[in-house]
This record gives sequence, C-alpha cells and structure tokens, in this order.
Amino acid sequence: MTASMLLADLTLMTPELMLAVGALALLLVGVYWKSELGGARIVMRLTIGLLVLAAGAAIWLAQGDGGDTFNGAFNVDAFSLYAKTAVFFAAAVALLLAFKFLEAEKLAKFEYPVLIALASLGMAIMVSADDLITLYMGLELQSLSLYILAAFNRDSLRSSEAGLKYFVLGALSSGLLLYGASLIYGFSGTTDFDGIAIAAAEAGNNVGLLFGLVFLVSGLAFKISAAPFHMWTPDVYEGAPTPVAAFFATAPKLAAMALLARVLTEPFGAMVDQWQQVIIVLAILSMAVGSFGALMQTNIKRLMGYSSIGNVGYALVGLSSGTAIGVWAVLLYFTLYIIGVAGAFAVILSMRKAEGMVERIDDLAGLSKTRPALAWAMTALMFSIGGMPFLVGFFGKFFVFYAAASAGLVWLVVVAVLFSTVSIAYYLRVVKVIWFDEPTGEFLPAPAGVAFVSRATGLATVLLLPFMIALITLVVNAGGGLGG
Amino acid sequence: MLQAAAFYIFSAIAVFSALMVVFAKNPVRAVLFLILAFFSAAGLFILLGAEFLAMILVIVYVGAVAVLFLFVVMMLDIDFAELKAGFAENAIVGGAVASVLALVLVLSGFIWVDANSAQANLAAPTPEGVSNVAALGALIYDRYVLFFQLAGLVLLVAMIGAIVLTLRHRDGVKRQDMHKQVNRKREDSVEIVDVEPGEGIG
Repeated sequence: MTASMLLADLTLMTPELMLAVGALALLLVGVYWKSELGGARIVMRLTIGLLVLAAGAAIWLAQGDGGDTFNGAFNVDAFSLYAKTAVFFAAAVALLLAFKFLEAEKLAKFEYPVLIALASLGMAIMVSADDLITLYMGLELQSLSLYILAAFNRDSLRSSEAGLKYFVLGALSSGLLLYGASLIYGFSGTTDFDGIAIAAAEAGNNVGLLFGLVFLVSGLAFKISAAPFHMWTPDVYEGAPTPVAAFFATAPKLAAMALLARVLTEPFGAMVDQWQQVIIVLAILSMAVGSFGALMQTNIKRLMGYSSIGNVGYALVGLSSGTAIGVWAVLLYFTLYIIGVAGAFAVILSMRKAEGMVERIDDLAGLSKTRPALAWAMTALMFSIGGMPFLVGFFGKFFVFYAAASAGLVWLVVVAVLFSTVSIAYYLRVVKVIWFDEPTGEFLPAPAGVAFVSRATGLATVLLLPFMIALITLVVNAGGGLGG
Repeated sequence: MLQAAAFYIFSAIAVFSALMVVFAKNPVRAVLFLILAFFSAAGLFILLGAEFLAMILVIVYVGAVAVLFLFVVMMLDIDFAELKAGFAENAIVGGAVASVLALVLVLSGFIWVDANSAQANLAAPTPEGVSNVAALGALIYDRYVLFFQLAGLVLLVAMIGAIVLTLRHRDGVKRQDMHKQVNRKREDSVEIVDVEPGEGIG
C-alpha cells in the first residue's frame, strides 16, 4: 500500500477518522478537566458538535463517487453515507436528550458522550462493511459501547441487570454470528463480500453457505431485536437510563438494519429464494410479539421496547421482497421511525414530577389539560409511529408494504396490515390516557433540549409531509444501488 | 535426528506436566505445571516452524493468563481436597464422557485425510524465504491495517467500560502524591517557637 493510496483511502473515511480521533481527544479533555461536572458538560457539547461535523463530512463525501477502500474491506457508497448521516444525527439528538437528565440523576460523566461517539463510529463501520471481518469489528465496537451505556447507572439494580442481560445475550449472538461467518468463509474461501457473491452465484444450491447465512442472520436479528431473538429488548429498555434507551431505539436499529440489508442483497443477492423465507418468518414473529406483547404493558419504556420489536417486523416485511424497492423502503421507514421514537422518548424524559422521574403510562393522564403542547406532540408521534394516514409515519409503512406487494408477497402484506391494526390499539391507549383521563399531577418543566426535541419531532410528523417527495428521492438514490 | 530427539523430549515433558496439572495436590504446583506444559508446547510449535505461535503462547499464555491464574489461586482459599471429595461417585459419568471424547479423537485419527491441495488454496500463502513472523507482520500492518486499528478501538472501549463501571473515588483515603511531597517547603511544616523559660508551649 503506497502513501498516495493510503491518503485516498483515508479521505473516504473522513467521518470515521473524525470520530475516532475526536473521541480520543475528548477522552483526554474529560480526564484532565479540573471539575468532574464541568468536564462532563464541555465534553457533552463538544461531542454533539463532533457528531454534526461527522454528519457534514458524510454529506460532503456523498457529493463524490465513493469507492472501496483498504482492499475492498470498507465500502463508501451512497447507501452507507445516507445511513451514516442518519446515525450521526440520531446520536446527536440522543445526546441532546441526555444532557440535563444525567446531571439530575447524578450520572454526568464525560465517558457517556465519548461512548456514544465510539458507538456511532462502530455503526458507521457496520453500514460500510464490505468484508465479514469489518462487519464483526464494527458490530462489536458498537455493541460493547452499548453494553456499557446500558449499565451506566451502576448503582441501580435494574440498570446493572439490563447491562448484564444485554451483555450475555449479545455475547451469545456474537457467537452465533461468528459461527455463521466461519461457515461462510469455509464454503466460499473468502471473507470479502464480492468474493462471497461470486461463490453464492455459482454454487446454486450450496447448503454450507446457507447454514452460514442463517447463523449470520440470527446474530444480526439479535441486534435489531427481531423475534424470536427479542427477549432482551423490553428489559433493557426499562432498566437502562431513559436517554440510553432513546439512543438504543434509534441509531443502532437503523445501522443494524442497514447492515442486514447490505448482507442480504450484496453477497447473498443470488440466494434470495433461500433467505426470503427466513426473513418472512422473522417478520411475522416480530410483528406478532410487538403487537400482542405491548397490549398489556403499563410501563411506557417497556411499551416502546415492544413497539420497536413490532416496527422491526414491518421493516423486515419490506426487506423480504429482496428488491431495490425493499432496500430504500427500509431506509425511509427507519428514517421516519427514528423521528417518531426520538420524539416519544423526549416526551418520556419530560415526565418528571417533584419526587423524580415517572414512567407509567397512567402518569400521562390528563396531559392535555396540564401541558397541551406536549399532549399534541405525543399524540402526533404515537400516530406517526403507528403509521396512521396524514402523518409521515404512514409513508414509511406504505412503502415497505408496497415493496413486499410488488415482489408478489401480497399475503404477507395482508398479515402485516392485520398486525398493524392490533398495534394501533396500544398507541390509541396512550392517546386516550392523555386526552380523556383525569390529571393526577403536573410535570415539572422539561429542560430546553428535551422540550425542543419533543416539539420539533411532533411538528415534523406533519411539516415533513410536503417534503416527502424530496425524501423519497434521497432514499431511492441511496438504496437503489442494492438489491436485484 | 536432533529434531526427533527434541520432539520426544518436548512431548514427554508436555504429557507429564499436563498429567501433573490434574493430579497435583497443591493448586499452585498445578499452575506451575501448566506453565511448563505451555513452554513445551511452544517448543513443539518451533519444531513445526511456527515461531509466531510459539512466541504468542509464551507471551500471552505464560506471561498473562497463567500468571493471572497463579494470582487467583494464591488469593482465593480453595480447598482442593474438598473439591475432589466427590471423585468416586462421579467417576462413572466422568469416565463415560471421557471415553466418548477419546473415541472421537481416535475415530478422527482414522478418517483424517491430508488434503494435498490445501496449501495451494491458502488465501495468503506463506512467502518463500521469509519467516512467518515477518509474513504475518506484512499482512497485519499492510493489507489488514484497518482491522488492526479497529481491534485497538474495541479494546479501548473495553478499558473505558471497566473504568466507568468499577472505579470509585472513596473519600478519606490517603494517597501518595509525589508532586506535593517534593514541593513541600520547610516553612509549611516546621514552626520555630521561641519558648519562654518556665512557660512551656501550651
């Protein structure tokens, strides 16, 4: 590798380099800053700036041609750059939500933003992975940071339990994934996605590759919390500090889904007939667990956990089509879903009473009388996540269903619509509690960052509607390159 | 001839020390025999021409893992005689599992086929005239440099995690601070008092 080649490769990795070097520098700033709280505050602000800058670098790179770097281990294309931009912005919003919460809960440490930055770096590497080793490295960098974040409130029993549960199950899923990767390597003779694609295309009916793929998909299904690999989700969402759960529900979901989409369509594009059934089973199970599991929940964070399982199911419906439409529909779906979930968690973070944070659904009672603006925002966000017409979330669901229908999976779309109707019930229950129950007490004013996110995302569910055409053009350009 | 002699010596020591790991009464001795087993295995690797594996075995397993074992064994009060008390009752089940494993080993020894084409199919064939340490270095720091750096970041995250989740600053603990000690002046600690005769310093 010559110096000029290295420079060209590194230029394409600008966002990742910025995050890696920035995270190391911020670590030093945090360690040497005089007061602990002051250090945490400054590192928090700088990390938000760093993430926005990295997103800017990804947008800048999207103007160019992209390309393969490091002997085809790292793929910089429109798809990965779109996913990176979304991940970085979602991480910045998650930090904005965490800002005051951590100080109030005496958790303000400078390691928190640094770990978010390193997790975002892992996700950026995941979405660009063009080699099984890159895939694993990115995934592990991301997961390891997330395990620590889940247990961040180390003096809380529930947070430690969430971290431990997530770590043990995550390690199991990494084991499955590695086993699959080793089988794929054994039967294709290479870890490079392009090489695997050649092997998959000529093998035709290669049982070994299929076994490897199933294990690989199982490992990834853990990360996107698709049923039957979803067990950790509700517990971790409930136990982890709320801003951490907000982060879990947004950026890592999109990154793991983008990685799954790339793995299925790029190296295994030729085996679509084989993996289609696997994805369909995952989709149906996730939708069922997500819809019926959420009905009886009383804790709003658990509800969001089940809701995320269900929503992953709908996205998998789109992905099961195996076409380019499926890939961009998934990107669109998760972009709109992230807006909705970030807003919903901003509302949850506004649920602070004089005695501390509350997180039961009943605590939202009568919100329309006490805090009308927040009530309107939550209503719009719940309907948008549920995919009701006239809000942006509807378009996400519409296009994943359209992708599946255009690939001839009409029966699957019918099933998905039925589950979707069930899931509307629990979103409606939250809305009913907000508008028709008697108030039980008033929330304290939310911090500026949280209030901004809940208002902005609530408005975005309606105000983005005129820009849907532009957004769809964007995701079609980003995802159109993948899939058959 | 010399190679064969070295092979038999290393193998004999490896087998003997592996047995002693299990049969030693004293746990510290067991760990020391484990280290001896690692060393003789490293010798066997060198005979096979795998210097890199030999070095890794000595540095990682002897240098880090076995020493860690030794610390744990010395710090924990484990009564091995008590642990081994149930040996007779579990001997049948244990023996059954062991014989199945032995059978698998023997069977795989019979059906082992040496693929002549295996060397030719290597993704990265060992270059001629270069030791395998140099060949590995050329791969890791050139072709796979990205993975190498990423592995470093993963380890950094693990380190941050260990510190975030376990480090506690306790109050009232006296710590040695070199800087403070060296910068201490005579005037800070010594007070010259002119004591009047017969009055004391009270």
